[in-house]
Amino acid sequence: MSTAKSTADVLLTRDAAAGERRRSRRSRANRRFWSAVLPPIIIVVIVMVAWEVLVDTTGLRPQVLPSPSRVVTQGAQQLPAILGHTWATLQVTLIGFAFSLVVAWGLAIAIDFSAPLRRGLMPLLVASQTIPIIAIAPLMIIWFGFGLLPKVLVVGLVTFFPIVVGLIEGFNKADREASNLLRSMGAGRGKEFWYVRLPSALPSFFTALRISITYAVVGAIFAEYVGAQLGLGIYMSMQKNAFRTDLVLAAVAVTAILSIALYLLTFLIERIAIPWSFKERRMRNAQ
Amino acid sequence: MPSDTVARIELDRLHKEFDLGGGEMRRVVEDISFDVRPGEFVSVIGPSGCGKSTMFNIIAGLETPSGGDVRVDGRSAIGRREHAAYMPQKDLLFPWRTIVENAALGLEVGGMPRKAARARAAELFPKFGLAGFEDAYPFELSGGMRQRAALLRTVVQGREILLLDEPFGALDSLTRIEMQNWLQEVWAENSWTAVLITHDIREAVYLADRVIVLTARPASVRLNLEVPLPRPRELSITTAPEFVEIEEQLIEVLHEESRKAFDQQLGRV
Repeated sequence: MSTAKSTADVLLTRDAAAGERRRSRRSRANRRFWSAVLPPIIIVVIVMVAWEVLVDTTGLRPQVLPSPSRVVTQGAQQLPAILGHTWATLQVTLIGFAFSLVVAWGLAIAIDFSAPLRRGLMPLLVASQTIPIIAIAPLMIIWFGFGLLPKVLVVGLVTFFPIVVGLIEGFNKADREASNLLRSMGAGRGKEFWYVRLPSALPSFFTALRISITYAVVGAIFAEYVGAQLGLGIYMSMQKNAFRTDLVLAAVAVTAILSIALYLLTFLIERIAIPWSFKERRMRNAQ
Repeated sequence: MPSDTVARIELDRLHKEFDLGGGEMRRVVEDISFDVRPGEFVSVIGPSGCGKSTMFNIIAGLETPSGGDVRVDGRSAIGRREHAAYMPQKDLLFPWRTIVENAALGLEVGGMPRKAARARAAELFPKFGLAGFEDAYPFELSGGMRQRAALLRTVVQGREILLLDEPFGALDSLTRIEMQNWLQEVWAENSWTAVLITHDIREAVYLADRVIVLTARPASVRLNLEVPLPRPRELSITTAPEFVEIEEQLIEVLHEESRKAFDQQLGRV
């Protein structure tokens, strides 16, 4: 009887301990979340308050520097228009980025399979990155008009390169011995790529993806700035010409939010696409 | 060896040099000849960097020799890969595959449908002490378990020859002893033909029917020594006089070669 009781006691204490651990784990996750989110919020608030005070005390004209509160209120009034333009920009960004991904994967795989192609293409790819977008974007409009195509091309041009480099380096991260192992199993170059090189490259791919997606938004806006019917770029250009600095800045704020959202989205996609990478990292950090 | 048994593996005056460029050649393997009988366990020891791995790659068909021949069951096997399964020192379990997916890799690469390959690999899990870990990821396993999973991936391919390149080199000494005992057990049950590269003389003697000592680079066979100890062997045998005698013989020869290799590395030759 007494042993049964003591067993129950032990079980109870164990349950309590497990509950305690769970709670402490949850509160730890909570703390981590806030320690990630709080510092940027605090900094933004401080900068905004300082800015507001600066504009108030110096009496700068809003055409020169509007206060943050003015940017917010004026931006809110124009919200439907801004959202319409944002939607157009988002479309250009995503279509351009999709195009960029297709090109980058195609190039990277071709380069991985062929050393002569690598030697032949790499200098051209690097050269493509030295083209000043400011010079090429207007030409794109002359060549391809005001439609989607020139913008997709500009977004592609500014985003494909980091992805190609990320992929090529990722493929080469594959362990040489792993390739030997695959060959000993009878794999040819194609299977070696599929079973070893491709999965090895995925973590680097997602890193490159994060870098590129932020360029993509800027690229889309730049392409629109030069000439478009809709989009945050052309909206900024028009408001600038009307001396509506507040609305330009409101559009800038929306751009920033859009970029951050897309950036965070890449983490989500990574976690769904390669859950093992995330788990492995967490495991390593825990040790 | 008796002439009536056909050797499973025959290395016949194997010879390999690498072109270092500029007309300079480096001879890595000078002249290696030895046989391995079917079902025999042979250990190969030699100084670091002596060309053991090159020899392995040639047997596995990953590299071609500059001269000489490799015969498997009497047929030349140069450049052919289907006879041997290869287990490298690193476990090389892919982090993006679960243990059962890793174990089935060789079968999948060989063209077996994914499901069938995984089912076949899963059958061996209990024997390899991995039951219940089919869907775990490699980084969730201990070092010993990972090595067993790597060996499972090797044997499930059903090749005639197992090439084990320092499979336990990265394990702590206790785990290593456990693994040696376990390997001895499964080897005895399955009558595999196995060649083991190791730096550990005790391990070489404990597991093998025969120990081959290679010279410093360029590698040739310095000593080909039978280990006539009864099986199954237990840990206590490692202190028996017969065992110690063999061990001492090997230590002496190996250290002589190691010194030569060391001198080579320091450029004293």
